[in-house]
Amino acid sequence: MIVVEEKLPKHPDTRILERFDDGTGKNIHPVLDRVRATALKDFKRLGIPAGKNERYRYTAVGKLLDRPFVPLLHPHHRNFKVEEIFRCDIPTLDTLEFTVLNGFFFEEQETLMELPGGVLVGGLRQALKQVPQLAEAYLDNLSNTVNDGLVALNRAMATDGFFMYVPDGMVMDKPVQLVNLVKDDEDIMVQHRSLVILGKDAQAALLICDHALSEQKFISHGLMEVFVGENSAMEITKLQNEHNSMTDLSSLFIRQERNSRVRTNTISLHGGLIRNNLHVILQGEGAENQAYGLFLMDRKQHVDNSVFVDHAAPHCFSNQLYKGVLDDEATGAFDGKILVRPHAQKTEAFQVNKNILLTDHAKMNTKPQLEIYADDVKCTHGATVGQLDEEALFYLRSRGIHEYEARMLLMYAFAHEVIREIKIDPLQDRIHELVDKRLHGELPRCHTCLVDYHK
Amino acid sequence: MLTIKDLHAEIDEKDILKGINLEVHPGEVHAIMGPNGSGKSTLASAVVGRDYVNITQGQILYFREDLTALSPEERALKGIFLSFQYPVEIPGVSMVNFLRAAMNEQRKYKGEGPMSPSDFLKLMREKKTLVGIDSALTNRSVNEGFSGGEKKKNEIFQMAMLEPKLAILDETDSGLDIDALRTVAKGVNALKKPDNATIVITHYQRLLNYIVPDYVHVLYKGKIIKSGGKELAFDLEEKGYDWLKEEYENSLNGSL
Repeated sequence: MIVVEEKLPKHPDTRILERFDDGTGKNIHPVLDRVRATALKDFKRLGIPAGKNERYRYTAVGKLLDRPFVPLLHPHHRNFKVEEIFRCDIPTLDTLEFTVLNGFFFEEQETLMELPGGVLVGGLRQALKQVPQLAEAYLDNLSNTVNDGLVALNRAMATDGFFMYVPDGMVMDKPVQLVNLVKDDEDIMVQHRSLVILGKDAQAALLICDHALSEQKFISHGLMEVFVGENSAMEITKLQNEHNSMTDLSSLFIRQERNSRVRTNTISLHGGLIRNNLHVILQGEGAENQAYGLFLMDRKQHVDNSVFVDHAAPHCFSNQLYKGVLDDEATGAFDGKILVRPHAQKTEAFQVNKNILLTDHAKMNTKPQLEIYADDVKCTHGATVGQLDEEALFYLRSRGIHEYEARMLLMYAFAHEVIREIKIDPLQDRIHELVDKRLHGELPRCHTCLVDYHK
Repeated sequence: MLTIKDLHAEIDEKDILKGINLEVHPGEVHAIMGPNGSGKSTLASAVVGRDYVNITQGQILYFREDLTALSPEERALKGIFLSFQYPVEIPGVSMVNFLRAAMNEQRKYKGEGPMSPSDFLKLMREKKTLVGIDSALTNRSVNEGFSGGEKKKNEIFQMAMLEPKLAILDETDSGLDIDALRTVAKGVNALKKPDNATIVITHYQRLLNYIVPDYVHVLYKGKIIKSGGKELAFDLEEKGYDWLKEEYENSLNGSL
């Protein structure tokens, strides 16, 4: 690929690099160090996406760097245990819980944890040391730094993250929970990268919770690559509940082999600025992808979901359903693209984005796109931006239900269509409860997680 | 209990009701009949507080209290119930949650605590039998995917649960086959008590074979042009509305 060096004014972004390229980030791991050089070069050329980039038209991530912050390359010395600062408040949810703190895998033991059936879970850096052949075979296969400045920055800065490997035929009975925590005394930028590999005929569920544990202005970007082998099934639920000074960027790449099934649920309850990139490649015939999203934003919060589903094989199925409620002056964007490649015949692809604006000041931009190069396909897309159904509202009120409560019932019902797609029952119940509280304005950011907030 | 005095109302600046007078007492069943576009549904909407109905003149008194300043939910809590002509589908709101919310608001209004889940389910079972609604329907979202007849039965089921003092049935018979009509009427009759009243709005006389009115009023061009006993409905069935319209137009001409 020919890359034309564009003449751009000096990015404010280069400030990151000035602070970064002082040698502190080098010699982390040979593999990570090797890709860093290219990533840095690409990042210098691309910068962080801003409004001029069509994919970032509604979310100028670049602007965020106008304020100073510290890039974090090594974990700070920690003198506490995770249990002391964080406790997941989904008590009925029996998960295998792992933590990434400020982008670094947080675990007492050095080595990867080996679970029954040969499942390996741990930090990415450790995985590159311990199972280099496996990790290197997959790492960076799905993301590239050529045209994505955010990926380039991640690869230049991230030195650790989460790693999970599920061998062929292994059906995990418990979901794995990955808690991404950010906590520091300074305004830091966190970059972490993760790798999830499912072999053939395997099954796993992953719950990702993003939390900020202190009130600084943080930027966090997590990049995750997920490989799902033949006949395997994976469910990924992402829960974002963060304060208004938090910028949460997520890049999730998924590749699906033959007859695999993946379901993602992205639930955004709070956050100053949220940008979720979801990139799915349906690589093998008969693969099925379900992508669901729900966002409930208020005040000046901003949320942007960008979904790209690439039908690269025949007989695949994909379905996207993203729904959002925007209150006050909140803004949102949805950018969904379905690409059907020429040989991907018999593709079935669907996409729906529905939004409710509760005030005149809330704003939603939605851009559904289909790009189809095969002729025997069934694809539909649609988007709506509207208010609550006035007829339904009156119906409820005419039965004695107060207007406020009637609105709540309708919003809850609106959200329900997405929540019911979470197939882990206790999690679905818990998210129902969180959404209900959120709609009633009773959900503070980082809810009960803040066990020792003031320590 | 309900006194409507010289009620004038408009929708989108178009005069629809042009001086309605109506008096309903506890224990009575009133039928309001009339050709399409005469203002029957607007009258019902005005009583339950639809905001698009603009009352320009006159009063709606309910137990001597002016209703017009009250919100729809306040009117409901005071015992007014509308069986909708076109019940709306509300996907995602389950019948159980909806009814429990409505029941508990009502109890709160009366100063009572929320109903226990077991009492609530017991009451639901009892009322379901009374109105002959399919049990499976109450496990679904409100009216979602219900047939026309099921929706109407569901209205009467809600009426049975909420036990209103004044029930207004707006074209409850439209779209019903004879069996569904009988079931719905049976439900309404079973709910009849000396201290509550019913207003049946209908285009046709056939529902009145099953829900027998004490009074029949004919609404035409926004006015009640004739009132009488149940026999008036039979006259209308036999002769249609034309003779009344003519009589009315002539009386207007005569008065000029």
